[in-house]
Amino acid sequence: MTEEIIIAGFGGQGVLSMGKILAYSGLVQGKEVSWIPSYGPEQRGGTSNVTVILSDDRISSPVLNTYDTAITLNQPSLDRFESLVKPGGTLIFDGNGLSRMPSRKDINIYQINATEYSISHNATKTMNMLILGGLLKVKPIIEVDNVLSGLKKMLPERHHHLLPMNEQAIKAGMKLIQVFTV
Amino acid sequence: MRKGSEEIMLMKGNEAIAHAAIRCGCDGYFGYPITPQSEVMETLMELEPWNTTGMVVLQAESEVASINMVYGAAGCGKKVMTSSSSPGVSLMQEGISYMAGAELPGVIVNVMRGGPGLGTIQPSQADYFQAVKGGGHGDYKMPTLAPASVQEMADLTVLAFDLAFKYLTPTMLLADGIIGQMMEKVVLPPYQPRLTEDEIRAKYPWATLGKPHGKKPNHITSLELLSEDMENLNKRLQARYRTLEKEEVRFEEIACEDADYVFVAFGISARVCQKAVEIARSEGIKAGLLRPITLYPFPVEKIKELSNRVKGFTVIELSAGQMVEDVRLAVNGKVPVEFYGRMGGVVPSPNEAFNALKEKLIQ
Repeated sequence: MTEEIIIAGFGGQGVLSMGKILAYSGLVQGKEVSWIPSYGPEQRGGTSNVTVILSDDRISSPVLNTYDTAITLNQPSLDRFESLVKPGGTLIFDGNGLSRMPSRKDINIYQINATEYSISHNATKTMNMLILGGLLKVKPIIEVDNVLSGLKKMLPERHHHLLPMNEQAIKAGMKLIQVFTV
Repeated sequence: MRKGSEEIMLMKGNEAIAHAAIRCGCDGYFGYPITPQSEVMETLMELEPWNTTGMVVLQAESEVASINMVYGAAGCGKKVMTSSSSPGVSLMQEGISYMAGAELPGVIVNVMRGGPGLGTIQPSQADYFQAVKGGGHGDYKMPTLAPASVQEMADLTVLAFDLAFKYLTPTMLLADGIIGQMMEKVVLPPYQPRLTEDEIRAKYPWATLGKPHGKKPNHITSLELLSEDMENLNKRLQARYRTLEKEEVRFEEIACEDADYVFVAFGISARVCQKAVEIARSEGIKAGLLRPITLYPFPVEKIKELSNRVKGFTVIELSAGQMVEDVRLAVNGKVPVEFYGRMGGVVPSPNEAFNALKEKLIQ
């Protein structure tokens, strides 16, 4: 099994952290992993993205043409990455502020209104964990227990009291995600 | 996570360099921050090795200062290093040439970004010429190692120090922005203690660690006013380079046994080509990959041998084509050598690499 994922959104939405949590979870589950951030001008305001590969075999190229799964959190990311999902692959998008919805018919599309939910629940800091929950619901590539261990491994001990809040967000995200029909 | 007794960790390539340096008994790091390699010094500062192994970590006022601090400390027989990215490494060229002339060991890490000039902070491999053809003045060569994974960022840091001391030469770890910034699994090298000053005196009698009464002073210099003496120094250096070329060539071959066409690529380009080999094989084209790990000394003999049995080579680089010249020299016209590269911080995709092979070589 190899899962090639791109996560893209605005800087500050937790895109890089979400990728990092996935990578650490993959490590806990005994997979080969690679994580490449955009460290260029994107990081300094604008769109940011991260490529994560989880695989049972040695990973050849960490740089990819197309992806099994794309997660987009804003319009520019949706516009850029919708076309790069492999046929039969998965697109997960946050519907907040979109003027153009996804339109491909040869991929599985899911909507998760994590921005809206996290604002109304006063929990914007765990917005990315809602989306991670959504991803794990539609693509159970990593066991939730391993994601929690991965998160624990990644966070410094002084933040460990926040773990239950993150677990809740993952579970809420699993309920929030919905199939989107073009 | 543990595999046997070794802990498997997840970290960036730049972080792996810092961990490996501490573990292999490095005495000092001198550097100046620049993207995309700032995590090297950041990690060292976070790990505070001065409290554990006694390693010094110092942010110098510039890259010029850093390389001269390396020169000074290396003159004392200490195991020292610096790191920077392309524009910063340009500033260091004078110091590197002086180290070569003074026969001083030291490790210089270049996590390349796009140039020329201040360029871009995105990945590049356009400093190949600067590293292997002598970026500074004079007849010198510098062992140059090209890591293609986070694991190799750690392993080749240790090897770079070994080569530097074995051949008394500045040695370069030539990585690119992606290998520096990406996270992968890594097993860090075991701890080696730093040498004590007595051990340094015994091992490196040339080191300037203070002159006991009655002992002749050691001189560290690259200046010889008599041309005959300077020629003798050059002869000594050249003899050392010939030994390096004979004994220290390192490369990895992937699917070359039955290959009709072979990619030659290093660093992140080699990873992209590895996927391009998979794509080619899935379309029935027998492709392989030769990945030089040492760029100097270059795997000339290996390429010669391959050129007797393959139909052609495709060289992929993040540059306008630099290593391709060395491949062409080795192949010496026997079979076609084609090139495809992207510049200015753009990384080619595996499909681009595959198409370059198919369109330029096969059709």
